[in-house]
Amino acid sequence: MNTKRIVFSGSGGQGVITAAIILAEAAVIYEGLNSLQTQSYGPEARGGATRADVIISDEPIHYPKVINPDILVCLTQEAYNKYSGIIRPGGLLLTDSHYVKQEWKIDARHVELGMYRAIMEKIGKPIVLNICMLGTMIGLTGLVSTESIMRVLETKIPDDFLEINKRALEIGMQLADSHNSKHVSSNAQPEA
Amino acid sequence: MRGNVRFMQGNEAIVEGALYAGLHFYAGYPITPSTEIAEILSERLPMIGGKFVQMEDEIASMCAIIGASLTGFKVMTATSGPGFSLMQEAIGYAIMTEVPSVVVNVQRGGPGTGLPTSVAQGDVMQARWGTHGDHSIIALTASNLQDAFYVTVDAFNLAETFRTPVILLFDEVVAHMREKVVIPQPGDIEVVERLRTSVPEGTNYHPYLMREDGRLPMSDFGGKHRYNVTGLVHDMWGFPSSDPKVAYDLIHHLVDKLEHRADFIARYKEHYTEDAEVLLISYGSSARSALQMVEDRRKRGVKVGLLELQSLWPFPGKTVRKKCVGRSHVLVVEMNMGQICQEVKKVVSEPEQVFLANRFDGVLISPTEILQQLNMIQGKGV
Amino acid sequence: MAVKDYLRERFFPQIWCPGCGHGIVMANMIRAIELNALKKDEVVVVSGIGCSSRMPGYLDFHTLHTLHGRALAFATGVKMSRPELTVIVPMGDGDALAIGGNHLIHAARRNLDLTAIIMNNSIYGMTGGQYSPMTPFAKKATTAPFGTIEHAPDLMELVRGAGATFAARTTTYHAKEMIKIISKAIKHKGFAIVEVMSQCPTYYGRKNKLGNAVDMMKGFKEGTVPIGSKKKANNPDLIERGIFVEEKRPEYSMSYLELIEKYRVETGKVVRR
Repeated sequence: MNTKRIVFSGSGGQGVITAAIILAEAAVIYEGLNSLQTQSYGPEARGGATRADVIISDEPIHYPKVINPDILVCLTQEAYNKYSGIIRPGGLLLTDSHYVKQEWKIDARHVELGMYRAIMEKIGKPIVLNICMLGTMIGLTGLVSTESIMRVLETKIPDDFLEINKRALEIGMQLADSHNSKHVSSNAQPEA
Repeated sequence: MRGNVRFMQGNEAIVEGALYAGLHFYAGYPITPSTEIAEILSERLPMIGGKFVQMEDEIASMCAIIGASLTGFKVMTATSGPGFSLMQEAIGYAIMTEVPSVVVNVQRGGPGTGLPTSVAQGDVMQARWGTHGDHSIIALTASNLQDAFYVTVDAFNLAETFRTPVILLFDEVVAHMREKVVIPQPGDIEVVERLRTSVPEGTNYHPYLMREDGRLPMSDFGGKHRYNVTGLVHDMWGFPSSDPKVAYDLIHHLVDKLEHRADFIARYKEHYTEDAEVLLISYGSSARSALQMVEDRRKRGVKVGLLELQSLWPFPGKTVRKKCVGRSHVLVVEMNMGQICQEVKKVVSEPEQVFLANRFDGVLISPTEILQQLNMIQGKGV
Repeated sequence: MAVKDYLRERFFPQIWCPGCGHGIVMANMIRAIELNALKKDEVVVVSGIGCSSRMPGYLDFHTLHTLHGRALAFATGVKMSRPELTVIVPMGDGDALAIGGNHLIHAARRNLDLTAIIMNNSIYGMTGGQYSPMTPFAKKATTAPFGTIEHAPDLMELVRGAGATFAARTTTYHAKEMIKIISKAIKHKGFAIVEVMSQCPTYYGRKNKLGNAVDMMKGFKEGTVPIGSKKKANNPDLIERGIFVEEKRPEYSMSYLELIEKYRVETGKVVRR
């Protein structure tokens, strides 16, 4: 694989940092890849636009920051307004239809999905939106396998919450699958 | 390498290194960006029968670990800029009384309260000269988490070997990022234990009487030998003395025991240096950017290499001088206004060929910015 | 044993001025240690900087002479590592209450089993007679040539508020009382503090025309009363002596060992030490 740079953005408390750590840990521990995760610190970590960066590569990763992400996820309008301009041309922008209204055209594939709505309909707890987002993102990109994410969830999530997190991951995967099948002839092929 | 593959944060890698080396007592005060070290140890130390105390400030933290170390345990504290300033008095006491101890300073922007959540490397000179009086000190650093683990173990080893405080000068980027760390099996890497005196109980023990090899065996304070420890200039008994000869010998001993072993203490890594025309010198998180820049340039056939310093004090001057010979340019990459750059200029034969690529605004210098600086000094513009 | 059996005589003469009260405190502290039947090897003495803090050097115990104001912080490291040791911390009033005030409050709050003996001579002696936090209002010092306009706290109330589980006051005049009080303080399981009013004829006495050492000790006799004395009601300026606080609360190093034990029982894991 090439080096992939991912930015998860949203507001403090949405769990974007947790999602980033889970993704990076899955890549390192269960896929034998190199991965590096960083995040925004300070007051913005508890409100305002939070971001968490992940780099995944089969080569050593030196420079730890993501300047232009290949994959950008925005879970709030503020995050979208702030970060959508930094996406690498030809990259993937994933936004949530409940939180983000598209304001401008970008030089990237923009996928807008109802992750929040699906979570609220099927689970009723917004706390697992981050895991649903992770499921959607890997469903769209194939960056790591679902099994790897599941295995990290099993080690990181307390037993009482494991089941809803697994369901959230599956809901996210399904959203990605139905999106992929609708756009099968377009440029929406999952990336290997 | 066999071992336990983990994905963890820098501060956690430091904790793992400390525990691997035998850390038993930690005292500290919360401060960003080092706080996770205290949080993790408050859970891990009781699990192994060790002690964790959250003290009332960094002054007390440093004092408490010195007291605990004297009783025979491996000790550590961790802090950042403002807390490191508060610790300086007691660090001097540990130097004077020759008490093995490890002090982690996760550097953030300064001076003052500065930039609490942002990266900097502005405490390099403070680590060297922060406490008053003539002295020497060991300061180590690392750019990735595997090395952060190793140098932390190393810090404990050097602290025991030389009976001295050792500063671990990490930075916010290394402390907060997460990446892979392989935790070695016990016994896979060397752990230096305390050298204890063979003087039997009931016989006079001189806490500051040197052995022939220059080392000073310790006796656990509160144990089988009763002796005095003081931060005043002292004789071999540990008693205050104002005899000029005693003072002269003691200060020489404190400085020489490290400066004369600077080669033994020197730790560094070389990346693509053999045929490099341009040599970058860096350490800590900025060395990651420097290495990225080197690898990007190498792909285009540019002969550039990186000397990554892992020991900053005593400054590995001999190594740096040797490695700089024959290069067209030397570019020091650091996150301050040239604290190591000045040291490099002091030791090389052509200081006018030494340049600085830096940032000190809380943002990690990027590979592109290093390249731009190199282009400038080579007369190619940006 | 005789008092001198606890001394490192080869380091005498000691540095204290003629008439200084600190030698009385040292001798009575030794008697209190003996009353507790403690062996020399079981006692650690940790001090900071100042006249009083020179005491450990003369004592044949495990002795640690540290930094100004920081003795309690060093002692915390020693006691937490070796809870079986008896740790005594002689301090001065400037040492304990100005530069070391924060450490005093927090040592009291934790209730770590240390015995702090504050030799209160109302002055910084080592540096030549500057006013301290314990210098009474309007008294003179080299940095208060017109009399200090700062107020001294009531040390007993201060440490009671901070959570000390033993607090007592005595003077160098009341030698037998001092032995009894220090002995009780050492026996006490928790943070114990003993304020000993001590004379500094060289600086405090001379600056404030209080006469020689004997005159100053007479002043302690006449200016103090046992706690609850009727004399105090008629003369509120009299200073009370005796045990102000004596209560039981979980001791810090023991609480920590319980925490370790609890972990061991809950997880069944073997603790290394």
